[in-house]
Amino acid sequence: MAELKLTNVGKVYGGKVEVLKDINMHIATGELIVFVGPSGCGKSTLLRMVAGLEKITSGTLEIDGVVMNDVPPSQRGIAMVFQSYALYPHMTVYDNMAFALKIAKKSKSEIDAAVRKAAGLLQLTDYLDRLPKALSGGQRQRVAIGRSIVRDPKVYLFDEPLSNLDAALRVATRIQIAELKESMPDSTMIYVTHDQVEAMTLADKIVVLADKGIAQMGSPLDLYERPENEFVAQFIGSPAMNLLHGTIKGTGKQTEIDLTHGHIAIADIETQAAEKGQEVNVGVRPEDFRIAEEGEHVFFEGAVDYVEALGEVTLLYFKAEGDADPMIAKLPGTHSDLRGQTVKLTADPARVQVFHQGLSLRTR
Amino acid sequence: MDNIAGTKSSLTWAVNISVVVLVVLWLFPTLGLLISSFRTADQIATSGWWKAMFPSEQNLVLRTGDPDDERVERDGVFVVEGNLFATGSEAEISVWGTSSREISAYEAGETADLGDGETMTVESNGDYVWTGDAEQLTGRGQRIFATAVTPPEFTLDNYKTVLFSGSPTDNMARAFFNTLTVTIPATIIPIVVAAFAAYALAWMDFRGRALLIAVIVGLLVVPLQLALIPLLKLHLGIGIGKGYLGVWLAHTGFGLPLAIYLLRNYMVGLPRDIIENAKVDGATDFQIFTKIILPLSFPALASFAIFQFLWTWNDLLVAKVFLIDASGETTVMTNQIVELLGTRGGNWEILATAAFVSISVPLIVFFAMQKYLVRGLLAGSVK
Ligand SMILES: Nc1ncnc2c1ncn2[C@@H]1O[C@H](COP(=O)(O)OP(=O)(O)OP(=O)(O)O)[C@@H](O)[C@H]1O
Ligand SMILES: [Mg+2]
Repeated sequence: MAELKLTNVGKVYGGKVEVLKDINMHIATGELIVFVGPSGCGKSTLLRMVAGLEKITSGTLEIDGVVMNDVPPSQRGIAMVFQSYALYPHMTVYDNMAFALKIAKKSKSEIDAAVRKAAGLLQLTDYLDRLPKALSGGQRQRVAIGRSIVRDPKVYLFDEPLSNLDAALRVATRIQIAELKESMPDSTMIYVTHDQVEAMTLADKIVVLADKGIAQMGSPLDLYERPENEFVAQFIGSPAMNLLHGTIKGTGKQTEIDLTHGHIAIADIETQAAEKGQEVNVGVRPEDFRIAEEGEHVFFEGAVDYVEALGEVTLLYFKAEGDADPMIAKLPGTHSDLRGQTVKLTADPARVQVFHQGLSLRTR
Repeated sequence: MDNIAGTKSSLTWAVNISVVVLVVLWLFPTLGLLISSFRTADQIATSGWWKAMFPSEQNLVLRTGDPDDERVERDGVFVVEGNLFATGSEAEISVWGTSSREISAYEAGETADLGDGETMTVESNGDYVWTGDAEQLTGRGQRIFATAVTPPEFTLDNYKTVLFSGSPTDNMARAFFNTLTVTIPATIIPIVVAAFAAYALAWMDFRGRALLIAVIVGLLVVPLQLALIPLLKLHLGIGIGKGYLGVWLAHTGFGLPLAIYLLRNYMVGLPRDIIENAKVDGATDFQIFTKIILPLSFPALASFAIFQFLWTWNDLLVAKVFLIDASGETTVMTNQIVELLGTRGGNWEILATAAFVSISVPLIVFFAMQKYLVRGLLAGSVK
C-alpha cells in the first residue's frame, strides 16, 4: 500500500566522496524492485537512505506522497532484512520477532498472534524457543524475514538477504520469498542482490546502478533484450554479451556493419544514410550465436581456443585479438570435439545490438 | 615441517612450565597463609606450616594421676590406672621412660620395674597401670617421659580473636564491613556511568566524539597520586570532607577512564547491523542501550567489575587519603592490617589470620567470576 518516489536523490559521504547523484525513480504499490550493479556502486547506500539509516544529502524521498527525508527509520513504515541477518543473539526466535511490537507497546495477545502467524508462514513454529545460535543459516534468514513481516510494514527492504546461504538453500529461500510476495500483493519490496538469477526471477523491475546513477530501469526481459547501453548489455546475462568493433556500411531497414576482423554483421535496426561510416560496437549474446550452415551468412569465424562442456550447453572460447575480451559462444548440446577447429558462426539479425558511443541504436 | 613442529612443542613446553611456575608462586604463599591462620603461636614458632599437615613426633613430659586421689587397693597391692592424655587425643606413644636421662628406656606396652616390686606399664595409646605398696604410691603422680607421634592439630581460636573478640586493636570484623561499604558502591557507580558513556562514544554521533575518546585515552596514563591533594582539598572545600562519599567519588573518578575505554572498545565491536535493526524496529537510544547493548556486553562488564572490585578492595592509599579520619571508625582492612603489624608485630598467627580474612573475598570473587574474566579479556581481541 505504498508508492515510493525518489527525486534527484544524491549521497555525499563526509562532504567529499560522492557515491550517488540525481537518482530519480518511481516505485508503484506492490512492485518488487531489484537493485543490481557492480560492487561498490551504492546499492546498499541507496537502500539505507530509503530506510533512514543514512542521511539523504540532496533530493527528496517520498513514501505515499509524504516527504520522508527527516523521518526516523521506525516511522517510515519500512522493515529491513540485513545480509548478516542481524538477529539479536541473546533473545529467542520468539523475542526476536516480538521485539519491534514490544517497543511499539502492542498488547500481549496482539504480539502473540502476529508472531505465531509469521512463524507459521515461514515454518518457524518449532523453533520459537531457540536462540539464534542454535539455528541453521536458512532458519536464521527466515527469522530475519519473519521479524520484518511481523511489523506489517508498507515497504520491505532486503539487502542481499540470500548471499550467506549455500546454492541449494538460496534457491529454496528465493522461491519462499517469491511466494511471500505473492501472498502479500500490496506490499512494496526493494531487493538488493548480486545474483542475476535472483534479479531476473524475482523482479517486476530491475534497476541497474552504475557510475553514481541509474544505467537503466525496466522489466527483466526488457533489460535482457533491449539494453540501452553497453554497460547494461554486458552486466545483464551470463556470460556477458560479446562486443565486436566495426563501422556502419549499409543503412536502411536493416543495418550492415563492416566488422574489424573481416566479416559483416547484419542487424534489424533502422538507420539513416547519414550514419554511414560511424564507428560502432556490435553486441551479440553468446547464446544467440549458432553454427552457420552451408550458404548462410557468416558473422564470425575463428579458431576455438577452449571448450567448456556443461552438459546442457557448451561454451566455446575463441582466441582474442589483442587485449580484447575473448569471444564466447554458447551452443546447446555437447560439442567437445570443436577444440582447435575453425568455426563459422551466425546470429539472428533481430537479436543483434548496435551501440554507438556506448548507447544502443535499437532503443534510441 | 620438523622445524615448525619442533618450535611448536618447545613453545608448548615453555607455556606449560611457566604456568606451573606461576601456579606454584601463587599457591604456596596462599596455602601457607591459610594453614598458619589455623595454628597456634607455639606451633608456628616450633615448626613450619608445611609440617602442620603431617603427624609429627614429639617428646612429651606427662604425669600420671595423683595416687592420693586415685589409688585403689586390689589383692593387697595398690594400683593407679588411667590415661596419660587428655580425652580425644590421638597421639601414639612409641617409647617412654621414667627419668629425664633415659626417656626411651621402654617400648610401649612394656612393664618397667621401678624397684621393690613397684611397676609401671604404659600402652601406646597412653593407658597406664602403676602398681606398688602403700608407701610407694603416695604424693604426686609419676612423671613419664614419652616420645609420641601426634596427628596434625588445628584451631579456630585465631579467627575467634580476629573476628569476634571485639577488642578494638584486633578487630577485623568492623574493618571488613567498612571495606565492603567502600568497595561495592565504588564498583557499581563507575560501571554504570562508564556503560552509558561507552555506548555514547561507540554508537551515537555527536560533535567532538573523537576528541572525547582521545581525552579518555590520555587520562588512562595520568598517575592517580597527582590528583590526591587537589582532590582532597576540593572535597574539604565543598563540604564532603573525609568519608564514604568522598572515597566512592575518588574511586569512581580514578576507575572511569579505564572502564570507559574497555567498555567502548567492546561495544564498538558489536555488529552494527544489530543496532541499526533495532533502530528500524523503533527502539530509542536508551532502549537499544538497555535491551541490546547491556545484555551483549555482560562479559566486558563483568571483567571490568572484577578488576575494579579487586583494586578497590586492596586499596590503601585512596582510603587513607579520602576516608580514614582520626576517630578510626571508618578504618578499612588494609589499614587495619598495617596497624596490626604495629601492635601485634610478633603474633604471626593473628597477622596470618587477618591477612587471610582480607584475601578471602577476592579469592571467592575471582573463582566465581573467572570465566567472565577470561571471556571479557578475549572478547575484544578475538572475533
Ligand atoms: N561511511 C562511508 N564513508 C565514505 N564512503 C563510503 C561510506 N560507506 C560507503 N562508502 C562508499 O560508498 C560506495 C557505495 O557503497 P555501498 O555499500 O552502497 O556499495 P554496494 O553497492 O552496496 O556494494 P556491495 O555490492 O559490495 O555491497 C562505496 O564505494 C563505498 O566505498
Ligand atoms: Mg552492499
